[in-house]
Amino acid sequence: MSQTVTPPQANLDQLRPAGGTAAIAAQSSEFSDFVQETAALTKRLFIQLQRRPSTLMAGLIQPVMWLVLFGALFQNVPPGLFGGSENYGQFLGAGVMVFTAFGGALNAGLPVMFDREFGFLNRLLVAPLVSRFSIVAASAIFITTLSVLQTAIIIAMSACLGAGLPGLPGLALVGTIVLLLVVAVTAISLGLAFALPGHIELIAVIFVTNLPLLFASTALAPLSFMPNWLQWVASLNPLSYAIEPIRYIYNHADWSLASVVMQTPFAEVTLAGSLLVLVGFGAVALLSVRSLLSRSFA
Amino acid sequence: MAPAVVIEKLQKRYGSVDAVKDVSLTIESGEIFGLLGPNGAGKTTTLRCLCTLATPDSGQIQVSGDSVLTHPRRARQRLGYVAQEVALDKVLTGRELLELQAALYHIPRAQIKGRIAQVVSLLSLSEWIDQKTGTYSGGIRKRLDLAAGLLHQPDVLVLDEPTVGLDIESRVAVWDFLRQLRTAGTTVLITSHYLEEVDALADRVAIIDKGLVIATGTPSALKDGLGGDRITLRLREFTPAAEAESTKVMLSALSFVQDVIINEAQGNSLNLVVEPQSDALLTIQQALKEAGLPTFGISQSRPSLDDVYLAATGQTLLDADLAAVALRDPKKEKKQSMR
Repeated sequence: MSQTVTPPQANLDQLRPAGGTAAIAAQSSEFSDFVQETAALTKRLFIQLQRRPSTLMAGLIQPVMWLVLFGALFQNVPPGLFGGSENYGQFLGAGVMVFTAFGGALNAGLPVMFDREFGFLNRLLVAPLVSRFSIVAASAIFITTLSVLQTAIIIAMSACLGAGLPGLPGLALVGTIVLLLVVAVTAISLGLAFALPGHIELIAVIFVTNLPLLFASTALAPLSFMPNWLQWVASLNPLSYAIEPIRYIYNHADWSLASVVMQTPFAEVTLAGSLLVLVGFGAVALLSVRSLLSRSFA
Repeated sequence: MAPAVVIEKLQKRYGSVDAVKDVSLTIESGEIFGLLGPNGAGKTTTLRCLCTLATPDSGQIQVSGDSVLTHPRRARQRLGYVAQEVALDKVLTGRELLELQAALYHIPRAQIKGRIAQVVSLLSLSEWIDQKTGTYSGGIRKRLDLAAGLLHQPDVLVLDEPTVGLDIESRVAVWDFLRQLRTAGTTVLITSHYLEEVDALADRVAIIDKGLVIATGTPSALKDGLGGDRITLRLREFTPAAEAESTKVMLSALSFVQDVIINEAQGNSLNLVVEPQSDALLTIQQALKEAGLPTFGISQSRPSLDDVYLAATGQTLLDADLAAVALRDPKKEKKQSMR
């Protein structure tokens, strides 16, 4: 890797150091500095996405495949078997939506892990960031934006496939539910990206959590189909608390926050209850990751 | 005015390895300071502690009088760090990387464009700056990394082995550039395991070995401090230890010989310190002949920085370096550098 560097002709005035604290821009506030660094880090992720669109493409094609192929698998089941859904495709829509967002969020830590491994993170850590949480914030903003985009496309796709379209308040609530889940899972993934030794381990964790969490949720089949023990597992799976309310909103134009969306072995869960569970899940995830990041950023 | 960098009794362990045992340095403003030592001596760890990438187990580090432990942001703003491994995002263009860097150092938005134009012209990067860094060759990558380190006009530029992997021409170009930086008032701290690099470049040098500082001073003072001339004598290509030992006893008896060290790493060659006198070589050769000993090679020279290292550790820097490379565990080191 031997290379010639032609002698640069330096203009000495340009090299002069900025001189101690004068370098720390006194006129700008901490908040605007935080915005500046977060925006720049987010921009980098979007440039990466733009130049390497394969992940975006895969993220969009995958849910379509789910809907078309997996949706067709149970096309001939007797109507009414899947609760209020008219057909399996409609039933599946909510599951695919949540699962796609979940998968995307679960991968949020991978770019950070690669930055760690390639030493790029060191470049960020020697910089005078107002808060190193801007690194985490940038990833969260990026993944959230991506998930919203994916969700919109799935909503449009399932509408085309005959799942119908909730009203505007319903759509807003669907968006909120997806966001809550994405924020929580992104936080966990970013936490893992700093806690685990390398990308092999991170991918392994993603691999073993992804599918089991899908099967042990109400994404593919309603609780009533499951043996009792699996009902318990699915009822403790946060994904179910995102899937069921979305499904309910799709199937019932007359939904309200008090509507019972899920009949778990231990309790009836209302729509408001589901939201509460998701908020709680997010809060626990953020808090535990926060302490973990504070330690590795100390 | 406070010195540019003060490091006091720095200690850092990684697991069971004492990477840095006791390092104290004072780097004055406006000088080029060289940290010389073999691979694994603790140079990089020292820099990582200085640049807040690692937290010292004990000791103090100050940049312009402010502790990096209590005021890390202030220190980071004053330091420019150019790591040994150039880490670039290969998808970004050079300009995009510099723009990111500018935002991370909070350069006011209105100044970013001009500042980037400056460093690009300083390092003659205009031909490459709008191409993706993934297409860059090693030398261009290093230049972009230098540009990134200089973008916020740091008071102290910290370079870890800046010329490893570069050809001689590029190396000299980097040296020239660092000298220009010094002339402009920037303090430069470099690590190196190249003797000639530190000798040619550094105003002052600290020699570091196994996590300890073994000598500090200007290169000429360190060399002069040793006194005398150096004679390297190899009886055979690989001299038996007993023969080297007996020869050592014999030569030590000569009046003008001040010291004799047996260098095991170089086939038990004998390194002699002698009073500067013109006939030392001749006298020694005569003595060897009379004792019936062979001569594989013998040479005389003024003391070099390597002799400073040799005097303190009993082996040459090159040999220590080779031995250290063999003992390195790249996987473990990667883990240490990962945050």
